[in-house]
Amino acid sequence: MKIAIERRPQDSSLMKYLSPVLAVLLTLMAGSVIFALQGQDPWTGLYTFFILPISDSYGLSELGVKAAPILLCAMGLAVCFRANIWNIGAEGQLLMGALMGSWAALSWMDSEGAWVLPAVLMTGAVAGLLWALIPALLRNHFNTNEILTTIMLNYVALNLLLYAVHGPLKDPHGFNFPESALFTDAVTLPLLLEGTRLHIGLAFGLLAGVCIWVLMTRTFLGFQLKVIGLDASAGHFAGFRERRLVYFSLLLCGALAGLAGISEVSGPIGQLVPSVSPGYGYAAIIVAFLGRLHPIGILLASLLMALVYMGGEMGQIDLGLPLAMGSLFQGMLLFFLLACDFLISYRLKISAHQPPAQGHHVGVNG
Amino acid sequence: MDMDLITNILFAMVRTGTPLLLVALGELVCEKSGVLNLGQEGMMLMGAVIGFIAALTTGSLIFGVIMSLLVGMAMAMLFGLLAIQLRANQVATGLALTIFGAGLSAYVGTDYIGQALAGFQPMLIPLLSDIPILGKALFSQDILVYCSLGIALAIWLFFRFSRPGLMVKAIGESPDSATAVGLPVIRTRWLALLFGGAMAGLGGAYLSLAYTPLWAEGMTAGRGWIALALVVFASWKVERVLLGAWLFGLASIMHLVLQGMGASISSNLLATLPYLATIVVLVLLSSNQSRSRLLAPMSLGKPYHPAG
Repeated sequence: MKIAIERRPQDSSLMKYLSPVLAVLLTLMAGSVIFALQGQDPWTGLYTFFILPISDSYGLSELGVKAAPILLCAMGLAVCFRANIWNIGAEGQLLMGALMGSWAALSWMDSEGAWVLPAVLMTGAVAGLLWALIPALLRNHFNTNEILTTIMLNYVALNLLLYAVHGPLKDPHGFNFPESALFTDAVTLPLLLEGTRLHIGLAFGLLAGVCIWVLMTRTFLGFQLKVIGLDASAGHFAGFRERRLVYFSLLLCGALAGLAGISEVSGPIGQLVPSVSPGYGYAAIIVAFLGRLHPIGILLASLLMALVYMGGEMGQIDLGLPLAMGSLFQGMLLFFLLACDFLISYRLKISAHQPPAQGHHVGVNG
Repeated sequence: MDMDLITNILFAMVRTGTPLLLVALGELVCEKSGVLNLGQEGMMLMGAVIGFIAALTTGSLIFGVIMSLLVGMAMAMLFGLLAIQLRANQVATGLALTIFGAGLSAYVGTDYIGQALAGFQPMLIPLLSDIPILGKALFSQDILVYCSLGIALAIWLFFRFSRPGLMVKAIGESPDSATAVGLPVIRTRWLALLFGGAMAGLGGAYLSLAYTPLWAEGMTAGRGWIALALVVFASWKVERVLLGAWLFGLASIMHLVLQGMGASISSNLLATLPYLATIVVLVLLSSNQSRSRLLAPMSLGKPYHPAG
């Protein structure tokens, strides 16, 4: 049997939307194999991972809690990726939002007044924005590749956070744990549903989605971002100012990620801790691609990603599986997505005759 | 600063720079052929965890090293499958490899966290290791450090004096011209990629078998990314990769230097230094656009579509 690659006359729009679905199915299949290797019944594994966590109303509310920061980060990343700006720095931008927002919260939490909480959220968003300003400046004025700078800044942000919880922001009455004091009600986000941990951070994410949908489909700015992303030189000929677009998309993403960070701290966590984020900023990269950089797709993908996080915890509690199962599922998702995306531009022709004697791997003639 | 301190700082500098050197050498060869694999961090993590588990279960460090080479190559194969065979975007594929490697290594290594083994011990080279100041840094290291120097020399000779070395460079500059004169582009890229994977696996194994003989989740701490920056910093020249790796090693052990000077700064703040140094170096290099364009392999990161 011989498999040949053939370029499609035009990209298949059906495959464009089918590819993420295929990727999810392949991930589930690969997951079943891993459950079996662990000596678990695959069905029990998949049920524990993807159904059990959301089988009651509290579970559903927790899904919203987990999805909120991923949604905010992924919406911002989608704008960057549309413009072909490889911002890998949402994690660092989120951590800086959490760090500086917490600093503001701890400074003002004994004040009275309705201004306190908005000011704290604003501080978080601005901190994320400023953190994203660094790679934007470097790319625009020194032409420095933003992939490496944003990743390096993620590590810097993590270390700054660790410095803060071990030093200046550590709770003086906290038995020497690396944690800040507990936040008061004045700097705690209001809940969407009483009796759950579901806070208005999720509403921020949905609102961001609507705004970004309007931006990308109804404004000239969004059009410019798309053109620059598809063909930078076409954008230059049309007179679009690339620098301005780089600033806009990176700063927007930074602000949203910063808001996600402070919302985590002043929402479900309630204090600054070293483990603010279990990699939400990196998970958001997968979500943005899986959701095809489209707000609706991103919403669905971030719910799925939140479920993967919850499933990882559930699998650990119920089946004694490693917590890292969740990270493994995340990694597989992106891999399968890239593999399935191949089918957008190409198709495989399978013919039954004998292949010529070539020592080729996987039978694909590259 | 006394002599002993300088001797110890240089010793630690070489030790800390070695994993960066191993990974960067592999990526240099890979990039020379025109393939940009951003998955170094993921391959390194897999090398570290598999090398550690293999060494712990068999009691043989060498077996651990061999397994880490193999797993690095297996990870590189995944990259090749997507980026070379299926022509996926190399940047996205590299990212995917890193995320996947981080997840898989955490998953595989869960039961091994907190266990330790006796790692590679220093091997003193008689007479040479007694040279003041430099002797300890260069001639009383463990076997993997000597390996890294040997490999650096071999790659330098390979690109300078060998026909296959020239072939790799030609393919990285212009795959179309290379094809026209009958050079096997795809096969060469595969081999360069697999070599890069093996080296990244070895860099990871250096961490978990020599530098700190244990497994901790995410123990590479961005070294794979720093190694990528190092290749740019070295403008794709082997001798500069060697120097650069040691300089980055020095940036990572600044706390020793500062303690020696009697300063006391939070260790978390000092830990940001290698990352900040990487950013500064990238800025200095990229600000001169024409220079960085001239030095990079022309076809770097572009998928190759054979005509027809």
